[in-house]
Amino acid sequence: MANKILAILEQREGLLKRSAFEAVTMAKQLSAELNLEAEVVVVGNEVSNINDIGNYGIDKVIHLKSTELENYSSSGYRDAVADYAKETDADYLLFANTALGKDLAPRLAVALNAGCLIDCVKLDSSSGELIATRPVYAGKALIDVKCNSTKKVITIRPNVFKAEETGSSSSTDVKVIEINSPNLKCKVVDFKKSEGKLDVAEADIIVSGGRGLKGPENFHLIEDLANALGAAVGASRAVVDAGWRPHGEQVGQTGKTVSPSLYVACAISGAIQHLAGMSSAKYIVAINKDKDAPIFNIADYGIAGDVFEILPALTEEIKKVKQE
Amino acid sequence: MKIAVCVSHVPDTATRIKLGKDEKTIDPDGVTYVINPYDEYAIEEALKTKEKIGNDSEVIIISLGTDSSKESIRKALAMGADGGILLKDETERDSFGVAKALADEIKLQGCEIVFCGKQSVDYDNNIIGQLISELLGYSCITVVVDLKIDGSKITAEREIEGGREVVECELPAVITTQKGLNEPRYASLKGIMAAKKKTIEEKPAAEAEHLTELIKMHLPAPKNPGRILGTDSSAVPELVRLLREEAKVL
Repeated sequence: MANKILAILEQREGLLKRSAFEAVTMAKQLSAELNLEAEVVVVGNEVSNINDIGNYGIDKVIHLKSTELENYSSSGYRDAVADYAKETDADYLLFANTALGKDLAPRLAVALNAGCLIDCVKLDSSSGELIATRPVYAGKALIDVKCNSTKKVITIRPNVFKAEETGSSSSTDVKVIEINSPNLKCKVVDFKKSEGKLDVAEADIIVSGGRGLKGPENFHLIEDLANALGAAVGASRAVVDAGWRPHGEQVGQTGKTVSPSLYVACAISGAIQHLAGMSSAKYIVAINKDKDAPIFNIADYGIAGDVFEILPALTEEIKKVKQE
Repeated sequence: MKIAVCVSHVPDTATRIKLGKDEKTIDPDGVTYVINPYDEYAIEEALKTKEKIGNDSEVIIISLGTDSSKESIRKALAMGADGGILLKDETERDSFGVAKALADEIKLQGCEIVFCGKQSVDYDNNIIGQLISELLGYSCITVVVDLKIDGSKITAEREIEGGREVVECELPAVITTQKGLNEPRYASLKGIMAAKKKTIEEKPAAEAEHLTELIKMHLPAPKNPGRILGTDSSAVPELVRLLREEAKVL
């Protein structure tokens, strides 16, 4: 019998996230390349869009269910998944490298004595064994790495691999396994939502501001453009360290590493630690008055001028285009 | 109570990475090594915890690496840590190998709270804390930006997408620290002098199996510099056109 790959999906507030479907597509692809049986595992209580999974090419879904596992519990989720993975003797566990995936995946690795391939941006099995490529030094370099262990735990970077609907099999066969008295040694008791804003780690478009904005009071220029684009607000380390913006918005080597479709860098010169965190964006726009700023070396499109003059005009132009 | 802090010695974030001859590691020539930035929050939180729970507690710095890691241990001692241990290892290990050696030492020392930076800025794995906790059977809360320890009960806030999760667990526990948790203190002159007198215990790192193998390190393909479209807002319509028609991102 073929061995198994399990895609472990993240739900929050009863909803599977986009990155979860990216993991389904990747598990489907690896199952074909490595001749594995693919299954999807969802831990949680009610999950409203669980039947959408079949649209992404894997129809066998295991729902490890408990009202007490509605919110994340590192101990409870670990035990539930580890028990199922051991029972089915699965060799591969695949997660999206989200806050939950990063927290949970290594715990499963210890439970299963598996090697970890973390934050992968490429998975190649053409040689018959799985070789992962992952960024190190915040993307200044990449490494190719493989597991020596039979069991393998893999996390994939969100926003890098596409979730693809197959169009053919749209039925989803959900098998519910009730988890009785889960291990709640460590559990989430509350969630404090940031004030209605998009998170840079999840956003498809990011507008970031740097020290050239001269003060926190000018960040509304960044926020206005972000609102017009439906984008998240990011910040350079300099402005976070100066206390202008919260550290959750920091992009770079000691902030978040991001791979959006579009990154707009405003009044950011492009220190190497910042470039490391955002250079894998698909398209980069730079607006900076210093035409020799390093940010222009990696930008696809640049305007070498004054952000205070250009940003309001850009925001207006975007609004106009969006209305068309 | 004994409190452990795991510290790693890494290239400064301003480092321009060049590949080493082995094509598996970086060329260390001209690279400045510093204490991992996230570990500074771990040291600060350990010292604050010690101050809160009293003088019978002790902060021990544990680092795995070569002799040069002693610089980072020394810095932590200057900030106020009580003791330092270097687990000597000249080889390249995978995360599991690092975590195993650290976990063995933490167990030997009998530490009930362990602080680690949420990730080291070299390999960016973000897993050492979790691996240590699982190897020891400790609770673990990662990416912590707020921490309260009340007796044996821990309440922490961890950063996730779009907000913060409030998490509860009991000691013993591993806490991995994120920027924003605290403001790391500067070492005082007195601290620096005192650190020079403290001995760093050195011992070979425990053997561990390698579950992963690094095949090759390479550099990302260089990006071609793009176009400068203008120097003022008259370039805006062209920029928006390109974003729509060429990049197709709007």
